This record gives sequence, C-alpha cells and structure tokens, in this order.
Amino acid sequence: MAAAGGGEGERVMHVLAVDDSSVDRAVIARLLRNFKHRVTTVESGVQALEMLGLEPNVNMIITDYWMPEMTGFELLKRIKESKDLKRIPVVIMSSENVPTRISMCMKEGAEDFILKPVQQSDVSRVCSRIMR
Amino acid sequence: MLGMGAGRWEDDMSRLLALLFHQGVLDEHFMQLQQLQDDSSPNFVSEVISIYFRESERLLRNIRTLLADRECTDYRKIGVCLNHLMGSSSSIGANLVRNVCVAFRAASEHCNWAGCLRLLAVLEHEYCYLKNRLHELFQIEQQRVLADRVRYHPVLQ
Repeated sequence: MAAAGGGEGERVMHVLAVDDSSVDRAVIARLLRNFKHRVTTVESGVQALEMLGLEPNVNMIITDYWMPEMTGFELLKRIKESKDLKRIPVVIMSSENVPTRISMCMKEGAEDFILKPVQQSDVSRVCSRIMR
Repeated sequence: MLGMGAGRWEDDMSRLLALLFHQGVLDEHFMQLQQLQDDSSPNFVSEVISIYFRESERLLRNIRTLLADRECTDYRKIGVCLNHLMGSSSSIGANLVRNVCVAFRAASEHCNWAGCLRLLAVLEHEYCYLKNRLHELFQIEQQRVLADRVRYHPVLQ
C-alpha cells in the first residue's frame, strides 16, 4: 500500500484507489494528488477491505471495475452492505462503456462511473461533488 | 559547444512526438501524462512508462505461454491479460498497442488459435517499436535537460 499527505489549510480528502494495474494506480494517484488529496493505493478489493478494516476514515473510494478475485462491483456491494462503510462514496472506473454495467453499479449505490483512461476533468468533477 | 544545443534537442523531441502521433502510435493521453509531470514529480512520466514496460512484458510472456499448446489454450485467461494490457496502454496513450489488443481480444473470443498467434506477433512488434521510440524520446529529454543545465551553469555565465 502507498499513502501521501495533502496540502495544509485546504479541504483534503483521504481517497482509497483500488486497481490491479500498477500503471493505472500511478496515474489515478497522481491525478488525485494534483488536487492535494491524500491517496492510499491498493491492488485488489480484498486489500481494500483489509485496509478499511484498519482505517475506516476514508472519504472516497475509487475502484476499477474489472479486477481478478473481486470485481469493483463486488467491492461496492460489500461496502454498501457494511454499516461502518456504507457512508463512503464509491466511484467505479472502467475502460468499457457498457450501459447495463453502469446502470447496475449506480443502482447498487455507486456515486459515479468514470470511463478510462481517467482524465483530470473526471477527477475534478467527482471530487467537487463529493466535497459538496 | 555545450549548452548551445538545448533548442536542437527540443526540436528533435517535437519531431519525434509529431511522428508518433501521425503514425497513430501515441494519442492525446500521452500528452496528459506529460502534463501531470511537474517540479514536485519531475520523473513522473519515465516512472509510469517504466511500470508500463514491466507490466506489458509480463503480460506478453503470459500470453505466449498460454498459446504454447493449441489443445490446452485458455482463451479466458488470454482475454484477462489483454484487458489488462488494453487498459494500461490506454492510460499512457499507447494507441496502436491498444488497438492491436482489441483485435486480438476478438480473435481470442472466437477461440481462433492461428489468429491469436498472428496477432501476438503483431502485438509484440508494435510493443517493441513503441518501447524503442519512447526510449529515444527519454534520451532526447535527458540531453535537453543536460544542455539546459550547462547553459545556465554559473561558471559558464
């Protein structure tokens, strides 16, 4: 796992980024840190749940949809079923634009669905909405 | 003379990038990657590209192993590897590699072993071309940074 601090005097979120791709973890972490947020990255849904068990004070989870062992959708369900974690907004990322998949995630309580490759404007939009 | 060639290196970088965009090897997401690099993260692009090279070579090795035995080819696992490679290629703007992955995935979904082998050869070729060109780009960037440092060195003012 990797974590970094945000700027002083600014509203800083602690974001948990979940992706089995090292490249995508590096990019999403950089995009979030550009907005001064504190970022922890993990490579699987299982690691995400372990981390949340130790540190539930996460302000947002951003997760890839397609991951081995546990998909982003399965992680979303587990979070929304937990009384300690269900308040945490979850954003799903996917490289495929599948309307049924998007609809399924939103019905399950996802905050937003972002198409990969993730851009600065996507991160800005999502973070602004959650901080409001 | 040292320090006089920084502009030349910038021209070389611009020409190489223009060529790679024109060839469809890179797309605008590579420029986004460059825009994420700043003084607080001066080696961001080379670090991400290094991760991409390591990850891609592992995935390509896995795919070659999976295709080794025609009778036992696990096309589902090949699809998983290709999805991963497609995703990371998109993230760094490796447009041509990504497009070959799309075609390859279609062949694997049809359990077309000969098609998969052919597309693996194409994918490996395009990946090698991309890797060589990106190494060239980083070498030019290093020369440019060195030339800038020499140009502005207090001893040489």
